[in-house]
Amino acid sequence: MEKTLFKFIWRYSKRDQIILLILTAISFPFLYLSLDLPKTIINKAIGGKDVPEEIFGMTVDQIDYLLILSGVFLALVFVNGGFKFYVNVFRGQLGERMLRRLRYSLLARVLRFPLPQFKKVSQGEVIQMVNSEVEPLGGFVGDSIALPAFQGGTLLTILIFMFIQDWMLGLAAIALYPIQGYIIPKLQWHVNQLGKQRVRNVRVLAEKIGEAVSGIEEVHANDGARRILARFTERLGVIYGIRYEIFRRKFFIKFLNNFIAQLTPFFFYSIGGYLVIKGDLTFGALVAILAAYKDLSAPWKELLTYYQRLADSRIKYDQVIEQFDPQGIWPENYQMVEIESDFNLAGEVSAGNLSILDEESQPIVEKLSFDMGKSEHVALIGPSSGGKDLATILMARLLAPDSGQILVAGKQIADLPEAATGRRMGYIGPNAFVFNATLKENVLLGAMHRPISRDEELNEDLKNAQLSGNSLDDLASEWLDYKAIGVDSEESLKERLIQLLQVVDLDRDVYSMGLRSNLDGSDDEKLLEQILAARKKFRERLDKSDISNFVESFDKEVFNSNASVAENLLFGTPKGDRFNSDNIGTNVYVLEILEKVGLKDEFIRMGKDVASTMVELFADLPSDHEYFSQYSFISSEDLPEFQTLLARSERLGLDNMSTEDSNQFLSLPFKIIPARHRLDLISEDIQNRILEARKLFAEEIEDELRDEIEFFEAGYYNRSSSIQDNILFGKIASDRANAIEEVNHLVTEIIDQENLRPVIINAGLDSQAGLAGSRLSQGQRQKLSIARALLRRPDHLILNEATASLDSGSQTLVMSNLLSEMKGRNITWALQRASLAENFDRVLIFSGGQVVEDGSFKDLVKKEESVINDLLREE
Amino acid sequence: MSLNKEVEVLRDVPLFSKIDHTKLKLLAFTSENLIHEDGQFLFKEGEPGDAAYIVLKGKVSVFIETEKGSVEIAQLKRGDVVGEISILCDVPRTASVKAVESVQTLKVTKDTFIHLLTEFPEIAIEIMRELASRLNKTNIQLREALTS
Repeated sequence: MEKTLFKFIWRYSKRDQIILLILTAISFPFLYLSLDLPKTIINKAIGGKDVPEEIFGMTVDQIDYLLILSGVFLALVFVNGGFKFYVNVFRGQLGERMLRRLRYSLLARVLRFPLPQFKKVSQGEVIQMVNSEVEPLGGFVGDSIALPAFQGGTLLTILIFMFIQDWMLGLAAIALYPIQGYIIPKLQWHVNQLGKQRVRNVRVLAEKIGEAVSGIEEVHANDGARRILARFTERLGVIYGIRYEIFRRKFFIKFLNNFIAQLTPFFFYSIGGYLVIKGDLTFGALVAILAAYKDLSAPWKELLTYYQRLADSRIKYDQVIEQFDPQGIWPENYQMVEIESDFNLAGEVSAGNLSILDEESQPIVEKLSFDMGKSEHVALIGPSSGGKDLATILMARLLAPDSGQILVAGKQIADLPEAATGRRMGYIGPNAFVFNATLKENVLLGAMHRPISRDEELNEDLKNAQLSGNSLDDLASEWLDYKAIGVDSEESLKERLIQLLQVVDLDRDVYSMGLRSNLDGSDDEKLLEQILAARKKFRERLDKSDISNFVESFDKEVFNSNASVAENLLFGTPKGDRFNSDNIGTNVYVLEILEKVGLKDEFIRMGKDVASTMVELFADLPSDHEYFSQYSFISSEDLPEFQTLLARSERLGLDNMSTEDSNQFLSLPFKIIPARHRLDLISEDIQNRILEARKLFAEEIEDELRDEIEFFEAGYYNRSSSIQDNILFGKIASDRANAIEEVNHLVTEIIDQENLRPVIINAGLDSQAGLAGSRLSQGQRQKLSIARALLRRPDHLILNEATASLDSGSQTLVMSNLLSEMKGRNITWALQRASLAENFDRVLIFSGGQVVEDGSFKDLVKKEESVINDLLREE
Repeated sequence: MSLNKEVEVLRDVPLFSKIDHTKLKLLAFTSENLIHEDGQFLFKEGEPGDAAYIVLKGKVSVFIETEKGSVEIAQLKRGDVVGEISILCDVPRTASVKAVESVQTLKVTKDTFIHLLTEFPEIAIEIMRELASRLNKTNIQLREALTS
């Protein structure tokens, strides 16, 4: 990284800066002419002196001459404006490009930080620096050379013009510059120092914010919110103090500048006026000088501002660069160098004399040596600080040892590019990370290292990227390395993914996710047909079984007592927000329909009954009680309001209440599921009228609302509902014992009969993992990460307590699956418990940063005095 | 069966006789009303227990497996509670229970039950009274068994 801002600017924008300079230089003569012309117009054309008889062979009189000169003046205004416009756009583009380059190179550096660096720099700080701190640098880069040249040149042009008119007035115009030039930088220096402090403090704030967000559970669990707020207050206070001080000083500088600038006209009026009166200066020249002086203050101000920005930008650049240039940063070619297509790391591992120092240069591991045979399955066990985890991290080359070396298949892994270690090896740590994407995308990441093909010609976006020194890899091209996965088509990839899910024991979970997911994006008509067939089969099987009443099917003509009143009325799935459970009670169209079938008053009456039951049941409970969210129709915040409403309705009677009040009750009955809630409010008469409303609702719905709902139709797949709901096409009876289990069982049976399981697992793979995989459990995240590493069939699978979050049954299964999946290839597995090591070819026992025992599980256990027996006893 | 009818049944349960109407209604509202068909098990001996059942309608048979086959120890009807031991102390089900005819029950889960006890200590006292009287009865039966 360039050490100073100007080196950075010069290296990457030399050409553009020179173009800018040339453009600037060309503009000056025009500028000079536009300054000189007014004098000619006033003295000659208006004053009538020396009017030429003819111009370009045409005879002219005084008026013609005036008009011609004025026309030239107008033309010059255009030319000057045009120059300015062009130069500004050019400069802006240059600045944006350089900003983009700077951000990219900072980000690229973050990806090359040695891992220990992340203990020193927080996520918040990095984001703060890359996003906001470098932002003003972009603008400055465009201005860095051209602006002083342009404004300096303008200033000089105007000054030359003034000196030519009258050297005394010229002198007067610049008389105070030396004073300004001396005082302002001195004042500015203090502001700069404050600027530095501000940057540092904002970074700390960013770090504290990041910390509070990441540790939010701890904050709540330990009632720490007030302390956190106090800490924020303290930080904000420091920043406020600094910013206030900066403003005070900045405005003082401004005041001083303005004051000095106002002094100069004083000289013009007095000295200039005197000269005109004396006849040493023409009146036209004085007007021109005054006009020029007006133009003079703009560039001078710009120059002073430039000076301030220059100082500011230098500080910012230095402060950012400092953070992005840590010791031991990996060289660029680690990530960019490609490997031969037949390159592999299959073979033995030998590590010799590895040492790692901590931040105080004390050894954590000293002279650690170990080796592993080709395709051996090795378990690493030992106490948690014994070094087994470091051994795996070193092997995966995530950490470079301070001394010593590791050879894999005879190759020094320190010299290998990431293309070698990150493809031919697979590492999974205890904190398996899952990205905010679908499960499938997360697994496929394991074989997406570079674009497989590249167009000869760069597209427009990439051309721009090239100009800013950004990556030329097109995100839109194919990245998936089918060859590494060992498949040749989309279909076989799907099969392979399901296999992998089985290996990591995630297939059943993904299957359940698939059942609950929608196929809304699917264009596969055949698949939808299949699911509809399953729906039919399911109903047939159900009708024949003794659990036929466990599912209440949707029927256009029948009220479904296991569905809510809202669902019964809509008889479909809401697509947008307008008919969802929060809004249906206030939707104008719904209310209109209710009115038409004479249900509106009934709903208000029922709503009042519901409200009074809810108040009776829940009023005594503390407002944060879980029952509110689980059972109550009314949230604890709204309960007091309903209490008041009820009291009012008792006093006035429902009919005499204001519409606004009684409408509050209206939304409650929509939530009733008659079979579950047993409130005895939905009589047969009301059911019939809801059916009437259902019919009317579908008939009279306008096109605009038609897209807000997808109706239940026995013969159609409902894209807004989950696959499971599509197969059920009804509601599970809530009053039947074991209904959910029995029904699920039958659904699964039908799905397997119809061979739909792979499809459903695939649908499950398309579900979102959530922010940092938050929708998955830690165990599921670990399983997904293992599948990700297995996908590319690595020569070495390295696991660092990677199944620690799995329950023991699943852990045993995954372990034996992995051992057979990786047959003929290496597994190195740091285990959290010694007893798990039994099925491995070989066991290495780490203690105190050394291998203390080495051999097969059987042999080691036989010895009376052995560490492994101690470890086993401790479990 | 509607909520209010369920509450009427609960009223007649000795365990709940002294408990306020509203609390019983809350108990009913937060519990599932389930139908078990003839012969369907409510739970089986040895399973972990997660809920107690209050019979609302119909009859259930309580029986244990012995070497000589299953032996019915009781038949329970409307207003009887079954399975409460397992949710008070973490022991597996001590007997099996199945529906004799179509039976309607209120399934009170462990969480709901514990909530009821912590939120309304008067119920806890009722339970204690009931358990103490059962213990007393058992003691008497034991003494009779020993002396006879």
